[in-house]
Formats: sequence, C-alpha cells, structure tokens
Amino acid sequence: MPGDEWQPKLDTYLDGELPAEEMRELDSHVRSCPSCAAEVLNRLQLKRAVQASAAKRYLPTTEFRERIQKSITIRRRPTFRWGSLTAATVAALLIAGALTFYVGLQKLHREQVFSELADLHVTTLASPTPVDVVSSDRHTVKPWFQGKIPFTFNLPELKDSEFVLVGGRVAYLGQTPGAQLIYQVRKHQISVFIFQDRALSRDLSTDTPVMRKLSFNAKTWSQDGLRYFVVGDATPEDIQGLSQLLKKS
Amino acid sequence: MEVPEDRVPAATFEELAMPLFDQLYNFAHWLTQNREEAEDLVQETYAKALKGFSSFQPGTNFRAWIYRILRNTFLTSRTGLKASMTVPLSTDEEETAILAPANTPETILIERSNQQLVQGAIEQLPVHLREVLLLCEVEEMSYKEIAETLSIPMGTVMSRVSRARNALRESLRRKIKGE
Repeated sequence: MPGDEWQPKLDTYLDGELPAEEMRELDSHVRSCPSCAAEVLNRLQLKRAVQASAAKRYLPTTEFRERIQKSITIRRRPTFRWGSLTAATVAALLIAGALTFYVGLQKLHREQVFSELADLHVTTLASPTPVDVVSSDRHTVKPWFQGKIPFTFNLPELKDSEFVLVGGRVAYLGQTPGAQLIYQVRKHQISVFIFQDRALSRDLSTDTPVMRKLSFNAKTWSQDGLRYFVVGDATPEDIQGLSQLLKKS
Repeated sequence: MEVPEDRVPAATFEELAMPLFDQLYNFAHWLTQNREEAEDLVQETYAKALKGFSSFQPGTNFRAWIYRILRNTFLTSRTGLKASMTVPLSTDEEETAILAPANTPETILIERSNQQLVQGAIEQLPVHLREVLLLCEVEEMSYKEIAETLSIPMGTVMSRVSRARNALRESLRRKIKGE
C-alpha cells in the first residue's frame, strides 16, 4: 500500500485507536517505508514534547487542596451525622460522655482526699504529741474514742505480726470526725484513718488496691459502713498486710 | 434539589474524586490560563459533582464524568463563553482527511528541548483544540473517553486531535523560524 494512503491515519495509529487489522497492516508498512517511519517518529516526538510540557504544568496550592477536601467533608456530614443516628445512640453517647466526666471528677476528688490524708499523716508524725492516747493495747485505744467520734470499730490482734499499735487521735476529713490510729512496722509508721462511709463524699466509694500517692503507699476500702484509709511510707506489702489484719478484726 | 447523599457513601466520592484533583486543576488552569479562575472552576466542579453524585452510575467512567462537569462549567464561565465565541462556525469536523504538514519542526524542537516554546504554542491554540489535545496527550484518554467528556462524536474527536496537532506543529514551526 502506498505511504500517502496511510499518512492521514498516522495520528490515530499512534494513539492506538485504529482497528486491530489496520494496526497490523500499518505496523508492517512502517517497517518497510522510510517516509512513513520518519513521519511516525516526528509525530511521536511531538506527542512526547506535549506530554512533558503540559502534564503537571500547573500545581494546586496546599491551601486550595485542603479547602476542597474540607468542602467535601463538610458536605458529607449532614446525612451521616444526626439524621442517621437513633435516639438510643445519641443517648448512649451522652451517657458515655457524662460518665467519663463523672469518673474523671471522681478520680480528681479521690486524689485530693489522698493528698489531704497524707498531709494529716505527716503533720501527725511531726507533732511533739503525735497521738492523744498512747497505748499498744487495742482494748485501751478503742474505748478512748467513745464519745469523741459518732461510731465504733474493731482493732486487730497484733500479737503474731510485725505491727505495733502506737496510739490514736481524733482526725477530721472534710469536717467529718474520725479515728486516726498510728501503727509501727519496723521503723516505719502507718496511719489508719476510719470514717463513717455515709459521711464522706460518694467520690470515695471505690475501693482501691495499694497505690503510691505522693511517695506514700495508700489503700482504701469500705467495711460495715466504715471507710478505712491506710497511709504510710512502709512497703506496699506492709500496707496490704495491715489492711488484711484490720479487715479480719 | 436536596442531595440524596445517603444513597451513595460520600467517602466513595472522595475516594474517586480526590486522586484526580491535581490533574483536574492542571486541566482547569490550561483552559482558563489564570490561577484564580482555575481554582473557582475546580471548586465549582467538585461542588456540582458531589451534588450530582447520586446520578453517577457506579461502574461507568468517573473520570470522564467529572471532566465533563468541569468542561461544561468552564463553557458557561465568562472566560469559557469568550473562548467559545472564537470557535469557527464551520470547521468541517467530520472531515477526517488530515493535511500533511509542510514542515516538521519536531527535530529542531528536540534539539532545543524548549518546553516553554511548546507551552506557549499550546496556550495559543483555540480552546476547542487545546482541550482535546490535553485530554489526549496529557490525560491519555481514549477517543471514546474524550467523546464522552466533550459530548461529541468519535469522528469529531479524531479530526480535532489531528487538527490540534497540525495547528501546534504549524505554530511551533513559525516560532522556531522566528516568524
């Protein structure tokens, strides 16, 4: 086939848009026709020059991209958000939010109480008269609190333990009177605070394992309507051990 | 009309449309020859496409669909209307016989490797030739996709592509000769 007949189809050929049969024929022709081969090469070079010059010639700014992305995101919300959320889901979300807030507040308040009790413990030990009733006998200490605090409590038998009862005094937490007992284990002194559970804030209603607070170890629990706090610089094992004795008393 | 976006997840629109963002912007800038107008055009295109996304048939050519929106939006813009007035009334577009170029400046072009020269020549093409050339060469769309994008017959695409290339070649030849 003469080359002139193919000339008008060279662009279509280069774009790969000729029918398969014609593509094969032109392939074969180009290999044997120097004129058409040169023309194909020229057109191919122009095609590549256009691609190199025009592709990515203009780039959008980052701000513009963000604006478009945002406009798509903003417009997506209306149908997805409140329209498709059931009342139960909304309620659950609100409750979860409130609960998180409440738990956060509770935790904050508990931290404050532990700090206050740690202060009381330190102040007591720093005092020239740390305790008002000095006795290692629980049967002396316990009766001493009668008429001084609005409740009574049991103290453990310490005969077979490392703990020694030093004495006791009246302590106040949030204007609520309670008992403060000082125990000694080796050279460490531990304060045990006992308050009426109902007189304290509900924020303190959660029992805790032994925790480290302000370099002290501390533990709290509730038993028979009383809230116990054990605070001292003794080891967590000692705090735990004294707590167990108190629980069994 | 309220967009029934809940029928098709909007995330799917993002997934389809955002990867084309750079290309759409480049194409828009080539059409408008102005950064601000290009941004307005792309922004309007995305807004229209999102609004009309429920009418898009999944499985069909999204690229051709959103390019068509951009191109139609451009034609109704001030720049687009002005450009469309320069298109000759009779272009014999169905005539597929292509005039063979008298001279071929490609070799000189390659030697000089002058991108600015080519860019200038593309800018000077009439919009209806510029857009078809860019869709073919830059976006590497098939004739069928171009026909779909520009809403013109395949034969017209074929003739416009050839006319665009010949016009470009002629423009480059004049530039190289310093005419």
